[in-house]
Amino acid sequence: MPLLHRIARKSHPVIAFILDGEPCEGRAGDTVLTAILNRSEVLRVSEFSASPRAGFCQMGACQDCWVRLEGGERLRACTTALAAGMRIVTAKGRAA
Amino acid sequence: MTAPAQPLIVGAGPAGVRAAETLVKAGLRPLVVDEAPASGGQIYRQRLVADERSSTALYGSEASKAETLHRDFAALAGRLDYWPQALLWNLRDGKADVAVAGTSRKIAYDGLILATGATDRILPMPGWTLPGVFTLGGAQIALKAQGCAIGSRVVFLGSGPLLYLVAWQYLKAGVDVAAVLDTAPFNAKFNLLRGLTLEPAVILRGMRMTAELRLRGVALHYGVEDVRVEGDRRVEAIMWRQGSRSRTLSCDGIGYGLALRSETQLADLAGCRFRFDQRDRAWLPESDAGGRGSVPGVYLAGDGAAIAGADAAELAGERAGLALLEDRGLAHAPERAVAIERALSRIGRFRNVLESAFPFPAHWAKDIADETPVCRCEEISAGEVRRAVGNFEISELNRLKAVSRIGMGRCQGRICGSVAAEILAGETGRGIDAVGRLRSQAPVKPIPLALTMAATGGAEAAE
Repeated sequence: MPLLHRIARKSHPVIAFILDGEPCEGRAGDTVLTAILNRSEVLRVSEFSASPRAGFCQMGACQDCWVRLEGGERLRACTTALAAGMRIVTAKGRAA
Repeated sequence: MTAPAQPLIVGAGPAGVRAAETLVKAGLRPLVVDEAPASGGQIYRQRLVADERSSTALYGSEASKAETLHRDFAALAGRLDYWPQALLWNLRDGKADVAVAGTSRKIAYDGLILATGATDRILPMPGWTLPGVFTLGGAQIALKAQGCAIGSRVVFLGSGPLLYLVAWQYLKAGVDVAAVLDTAPFNAKFNLLRGLTLEPAVILRGMRMTAELRLRGVALHYGVEDVRVEGDRRVEAIMWRQGSRSRTLSCDGIGYGLALRSETQLADLAGCRFRFDQRDRAWLPESDAGGRGSVPGVYLAGDGAAIAGADAAELAGERAGLALLEDRGLAHAPERAVAIERALSRIGRFRNVLESAFPFPAHWAKDIADETPVCRCEEISAGEVRRAVGNFEISELNRLKAVSRIGMGRCQGRICGSVAAEILAGETGRGIDAVGRLRSQAPVKPIPLALTMAATGGAEAAE
């Protein structure tokens, strides 16, 4: 079950993106963090112990929600707006 | 020809907006840089796009303040320069490095107002890194700005007015709030009665929210200790002790915070002198009643200077703006300045009341289990911190950082720094004010390596 639950913006326009190779849908107004966690329960795994993480502060302070695009660019998920066609890779996908 | 440098304001929350407004009214043209895409700060944060919720649904009793702040800032357009989604990542030699849209610009400024705000203060507990545990601020942002609940059955834990506010906001939004776990004993709340003469509206609002939580069947537990979060890959339950009773509650989301912690890195990089503040248990930049820091031309306002809340931040922003005007020899409304200082001092006394009603559980630090992670970035446990302190006979925080890497990760100690100080103080049997403070380093937040470096200039030169 996803970590976050939408209680507003449920019928906003769909934004299609790719998460670890899988086609997904977010909604207009989503951050990358919101889009991922409405679909998944984990956002990334930690570098040293590979423990599951899903961000913490949601305001760009704790730096615990960095994900990557397939091209290698790093994004802080909580402060980046979801854009159509984003191909997001969580370390979770690589570790699995 | 070089145009005279602009005043630079960092942050477009309540303090930054009022500071900007004050300067614009006096005919100056400040540059406002802010990390968020829109004004409002965290407390009055705006959604990325509009949705079906009204402003009252979003900001509750503070809706008119939020709307006014957003409107007043929008009305300044054209008379200031405003860079949203811009990170001021370094201050050096009177110039600021600002990363905006993939380019880093070096900005010369004449007058710097730091309105950098605050983040949640925490102490680690077992399971606190599990998906589903967010700060109270984070839980509130998910709800207000993103229209999402952090779980379908949520527990709120910690201390401070935000604990009850966020729980109430979730309840209002129709989310199942399983419990509010307050780390302070119930009798601490009687201290709030002393606040009735200072801020009656705030106290009554708090009482109303608490009553409504009770009425709607939300369990309120006080004097909560030994908290642990249970779960394999995500939050499944929370366990705690009250007196001699151990309790467990299943839940899938936890909002956690122990009041707030000022964002002071930029004040440090600006060279400001710091003082230890017993109430906030933190080193804070020194400032006079007008917000002047120890470095001429540097002003501090809002929660980034000391935790006082949004109303105080608006006042302090305006006051810092007036101080800058005065220091430039411009008209600066001295009567208004006196009135603001009086209001701020009343709010300061109210903060003392809140602190006694929502005390920080400092004694938790010595009981953090050795295996509990303290630093989320570098994954350093409490035991590793304690061993570093013992093995290297460390008595100062920056030495502890050098040896253990605590505070050296991506967040630069924002989350773990105050915890490391508490542990170091506990291990060495000294006061938290005697173990030093982490020196701030640029960049204050991660910046992309691919950042283009632009030539020096002001906001106009950059356009």
